Amino acid sequence: MLSWRGLANLFSQPRYLGDILQQMDTIGVGSLQIVVLTGFFTGAVLALQSANSLARFGALSFTGQLVSMSMVRELGPVLTSLMVAGRNASGMASELGSMQVTEQIDAMRALGTDPSRKLVTPRLTATMFMLFFLTILSDLVGLAGGSVIALLLLRLDLNEYWTSAWQTLRYADVFMGLIKPVLFGFIIATVGCYYGLSAKGGTQGVGRATTQAVVVASVLILAVDLFVTRLLMVLLGPL
Amino acid sequence: MNHASHDGTEHPGTEQTGTIHNGTGKAVVFENVSLHFDELVVLDGLSFELEHGATKVLLGAAGSGKTTILKLTLGLLRPDGGRIFVLGQEVTAMRETELFELRRRIGMVFQESALFDSLSVEGNVAFRLLEEKVPEAEIHRRVLEALRFVELENTSTLFPAELSGGMRRRVAIARAIISNPEVLLYDSPTAGLDPVTSTTIVELLVKQRDEYKTSALLVTHRLQDAFTMATHRFGHEQNKMVLVPPGTNWDSKTSFLVLKDGKKIFEGSAAAIANSEDPYIREYMTA
Repeated sequence: MLSWRGLANLFSQPRYLGDILQQMDTIGVGSLQIVVLTGFFTGAVLALQSANSLARFGALSFTGQLVSMSMVRELGPVLTSLMVAGRNASGMASELGSMQVTEQIDAMRALGTDPSRKLVTPRLTATMFMLFFLTILSDLVGLAGGSVIALLLLRLDLNEYWTSAWQTLRYADVFMGLIKPVLFGFIIATVGCYYGLSAKGGTQGVGRATTQAVVVASVLILAVDLFVTRLLMVLLGPL
Repeated sequence: MNHASHDGTEHPGTEQTGTIHNGTGKAVVFENVSLHFDELVVLDGLSFELEHGATKVLLGAAGSGKTTILKLTLGLLRPDGGRIFVLGQEVTAMRETELFELRRRIGMVFQESALFDSLSVEGNVAFRLLEEKVPEAEIHRRVLEALRFVELENTSTLFPAELSGGMRRRVAIARAIISNPEVLLYDSPTAGLDPVTSTTIVELLVKQRDEYKTSALLVTHRLQDAFTMATHRFGHEQNKMVLVPPGTNWDSKTSFLVLKDGKKIFEGSAAAIANSEDPYIREYMTA
C-alpha cells in the first residue's frame, strides 16, 4: 500500500519538487564517496581474481571483458544498491522512525499534509533516480579499478583492456545492469520508509526499525536480483 | 436522545447510547463512540457535543481516553463504533485523503509539542501556510503575528532543540493558530511545565477563546488550569487575563467532561463539578 501510494502520488498534486531535489542530494550526492570506493575496489579485486584464473588458460587478455561483464551486469548494480541500502535505508528508517515516535508524523497529518506524499514519494523518487546514475558511476569506476590492476600488476596494455571491456558489452547487458538499480531503489526506499513509519517504542524502537530496514532491504535486493536476472535472461534471450 | 448539557447538570453514570443528531450546527459531536485496543477498552459509547465558540475541558486519570478523543476528532484514529462529526462533516465516514482538507480547519497542540525538529521556529509555524502556497511576504507577516501572540517573536531563527519546554509549547500553539482554525485541540498544553509558564500558556488559551471565539477541546491533568479557564476572561485593556468576579453575568462558555475507564461520568459547568458528590470526582478534585 505504502509503495503504491508513494508512486501514485507522483501523478497528482501537490508534488514536492523541493523535497525530491533535497533527497536526491542526500541520497545521490551523499552516497558518492562510498559508491566510488566500493566500485573501485570491487573492479580491482575482480581483475586480480579473474586474471589468476584466466592466466591458467593463457587468456589473460580477456581480463577487461570479464571485469566489464561482471561489473555492468551484476556487481555494479548489486553492490551499489547494498551500499546505498546500508546508508540510506537506515537513514530513512531512523529519520522517519524518530518522527513517528515523537508524534511529528501525526502533527504533519494534523496540519493537513499527507506524510506519504511529503516524506515517502520524494525518497522513493530520489532513490530510484539517483541509484540509476550511481550504478553507472560505479560500473565506470570499477572498470577503472580493474584497469589499474591490469596495468600495474598484470602488465596488460591499457588500450587492449578498455577496448575489450567496451566491445564485449551488448545492449542487453547494459539494459540488465540499468533496470536493476531502479528496482533496487524502489526496494530500498519502500523498506526504509515502511520500517520508519512503523516504528514503535521510543528510541529503542527506532534502533530496531533501522536494523530491520537494512537487513530486509539487503536480503530483498539479493533475492530480487536472482529472479530479475533469470527473468531478463528469459525475456532477452541467452546473454 | 441524550443531549450533552452545558447547564451544569451532573450526570453520573449517564446513559450514553442513542442518537444526538447529524452534527450540523455544532463544532464537534461524538455519538456513541467506542474504541478498543486489543482487550483494552479505551472509549465505551462516549457521546458529547461541543458548541461553536465553546471550550470543553476533558478531565480524567491517565489512560482514561482523553488524548484518544482528540486524535479521533482529527481522524488520526478510527473508532470501532459510533460516529464523529467535526464542523458538520462526518469524520468517521471520510477517507484519509478527504480528511486532509478538514484538518486544515482544525489546529492541534500535541502534548510533547511535536515540532518538526529539522525546521526552525519560523519553518514550523509557517508549515501550513507553505503547504497552501501563501505568498512569502504574507507568510512572514503572519508568522510574526502568531509568534507575537505567544510572545516569542525573537525566536524565529531558532530550532526546537534550542527552546525550553514552555517555549516549545508556545511555538506549537502558534503553529496551531496561524491559519485561524475553527476548532482547536489542546493535549495537556501545560503538562510538565512550571507554574509560571503554565499560567502563561493558560492565558494564551483564554486569549484565543475570548479574542477569536475559537471552539476548543482541552485535555489537562491540572484542575487549576481548567478552573482558571472557567473563571477568567481576557482583558483587552490590561492585555492579560483577569478574574471574573463571582456573580457577574458572564459566560466563559467553558464546560467540563470527566472520563473514567472510557466512559463519561460527568459533564457540566465549573460550579457543578466543584459541588459534585460523586466519590470518584471528589477524589479526583482533592488528589
